[in-house]
Amino acid sequence: MTDQPHQLEIRNLHASVGDMPILRGINLVVPRGELHAIMGPNGNGKSTLAKVIVGDPEYTVTEGEVFVDGVSILEMEPDERARLGVFLAFQYPVEIPGVTIANFLRLAMQARKAEGEEVSFTEFYGRLTAALKTLEWDESIVERYLNEGFSGGEKKRNEILQMLMLEPNYIIMDETDSGLDVDALKIVARGVNSMRGPNLGGLIITHYQRLLNYIVPDKVHIIVDGRVVQTGGPELAQRLDSEGYDWVKQLAVAGD
Amino acid sequence: MTNPEVANINKDYEYGWSSPERYAVKAPKGLSREVVEMISKAKDEPQWMLDFRLKALEIFYSKPMPTWGADLSGLNLDEIYYYIKPEGFNARSWDDVPDDVKLTFERLGIPEAERKALAGVGAQYESEMVYHNLKEEWEKLGVVFLSIEDGLKQYPDLFREYFATVVPPEDNKFAAVNSAVWSGGSFVYVPKGVKVDIPLQTYFRINAESSGQFERTLIIVDEGAQAHYIEGCTAPTYASDSFHSGVIEIIVKEGARFRYSTIQNWSHNVYNLVTQRAAVYGHGVMEWVDGNLGSKVTMKYPACYLLEEGARGEVLSIAMAGRGQHQDAGAKIVHFAPYTSGTIVSKSISKDSGRSSYRGLVKIYEGARGSKTNVECDALLLDEEARTDTYPYIEIEEKDASVGHEATVSKINDEQILYLQSRGLSEDEAAGLIVRGFIEPIAKELPLEYAVELNRLIELEMEGSVG
Ligand SMILES: Nc1ncnc2c1ncn2[C@@H]1O[C@H](COP(=O)(O)OP(=O)(O)OP(=O)(O)O)[C@@H](O)[C@H]1O
Ligand SMILES: [Mg+2]
Repeated sequence: MTDQPHQLEIRNLHASVGDMPILRGINLVVPRGELHAIMGPNGNGKSTLAKVIVGDPEYTVTEGEVFVDGVSILEMEPDERARLGVFLAFQYPVEIPGVTIANFLRLAMQARKAEGEEVSFTEFYGRLTAALKTLEWDESIVERYLNEGFSGGEKKRNEILQMLMLEPNYIIMDETDSGLDVDALKIVARGVNSMRGPNLGGLIITHYQRLLNYIVPDKVHIIVDGRVVQTGGPELAQRLDSEGYDWVKQLAVAGD
Repeated sequence: MTNPEVANINKDYEYGWSSPERYAVKAPKGLSREVVEMISKAKDEPQWMLDFRLKALEIFYSKPMPTWGADLSGLNLDEIYYYIKPEGFNARSWDDVPDDVKLTFERLGIPEAERKALAGVGAQYESEMVYHNLKEEWEKLGVVFLSIEDGLKQYPDLFREYFATVVPPEDNKFAAVNSAVWSGGSFVYVPKGVKVDIPLQTYFRINAESSGQFERTLIIVDEGAQAHYIEGCTAPTYASDSFHSGVIEIIVKEGARFRYSTIQNWSHNVYNLVTQRAAVYGHGVMEWVDGNLGSKVTMKYPACYLLEEGARGEVLSIAMAGRGQHQDAGAKIVHFAPYTSGTIVSKSISKDSGRSSYRGLVKIYEGARGSKTNVECDALLLDEEARTDTYPYIEIEEKDASVGHEATVSKINDEQILYLQSRGLSEDEAAGLIVRGFIEPIAKELPLEYAVELNRLIELEMEGSVG
């Protein structure tokens, strides 16, 4: 499959919950090496897109395709997609009581290994200390139970910790910036930027320009009513910041 | 090796493990005066013990089967062998052990010698050197750790003073049957003020008979002493007979502290009906850490009788019930004296058509001022078929006392599964991890190697259970 394009491709994706359609024909291509921002008003399908890509069984895909490096993934289990290198930093990370972050990270790293291959302590610990340093987090955090009792900001930072540890090829960050104070925002952005390079592609879902000041996107897409209604460069995000969404909503209506 | 017989058995059985059943004494099926006499004779017991057994037999006959707990209609007490004294150590051959049990040993990565011991076919481990070193250490401290039979022989007065004082045969039908036909188990005495750092593990106890169906354990922890006792092992205890009824009696004297941990994993044809109870005196602390896997039916309610001021009792228990299994487990805390306190934490996991029940009694007698018990029971259901229920019995006769009770029932949540799967764990691994997290508050109380094995066992039970 060496001649396959290294990109995340979403082709005419339609998805619904029950019989309520939410995504109505999303088209997007994100090559590795690029990070694209996804913006759009509340309740218009951004998180749904993210969850459909990782394989949330809550949503039914009614039409369309998603390819990761040329491989169609919609029939795959969420864990198979993860092993292809897709990673979602959830908008609302769940709590898993009784499971320490350390234990969980180790299992998640192990899950990516080939049969019979073990995550060595040095590999695990080396990566962990580097990630914690980037995130300016004390090592004691990994003894806590996964997200249990975490503040909103800590949960978000924990998503990035996992992202740094698991070294994905495609990241999807769903409003990782919301709930972060200014310092934490810079730290998280530093974490993401440290991974940036020709091998990393991804979608950054956000409502605010302030994140995009730190993680400058290659492109910006606006989703309204389950479709991409506008695509542009970083200046598009700035326009939204000053003018709001009214004008894009007009575009969506025009598109119907 | 001090016992030449033991050494020989190791040699004899090194190969093959296919010798036909050879028993020194095998009582006929069913329960009778003759059977009881035969047992007592085989053990060369004093007259008082024979009298005790025979009286217990009468009590057993006079008591009806309990109807309040799990369904016991499949248990035919006439079809049971109540006593089989193996020739030497070996009751049966390795070939007779069911394949599923062998397979589990295999998957657990348990070494061969250990497997055979666990299946009830082997001599005790190769860990005899370890045992001997520990034994010397214990002996220096005056700690007694023997089989119950040797306890009766070597410490007749101490034995008689305490035996059946905490769980008399009148207590319940199954305590009565145990009193009549008991065989195997431990006798432990920890002298005043002695602190035993290394847990006393049955694993290391070399006894002439493997703890069997009707094991009996008597433990006396004298004033200010401290110890931790670990019963059994975490691999499936293969029993050819389908009825297990143990009695565990513990005396925790003033200011003493004792923990009894056990993880039982009986094969799925066993009715496991156990009475375990501790009498706790002034400012003493008793802790039960109790895991129940396997078996067809388990009825087990570790109890703490808080007899004097300041006594404290804790019961931490985990039960897992799969298809065709009913775990009816819980705890009893009875406050007889002022300022006594208790904690019950009970966690159960049910899957397929498995059913787990929490049944707990908290009783506070009048005059037990300032007493308090907190009960927390959490049930986790793995699928739609699984079932759980709680039967909390709370009886408070004292005004100045309190009982807290919190119960939760949860299901494995789809969002948690997705979250873990999205990090690369398979659906089964994700569910297993959530279950491990669920029992973590209790697993962390176990010594590490037991916690690890408990987790592995639960994973095995979990395989293919979600989806
Ligand atoms: N599991 C679900 N069940 C019912 N409705 C759902 C479900 N998931 C999404 N929806 C609905 O689909 C629509 C799109 O939701 P989605 O979470 O994708 O929005 P969003 O663009 O991420 O919004 P926000 O900016 O507020 O995060 C909303 O109307 C939401 O209520
Ligand atoms: Mg959203």
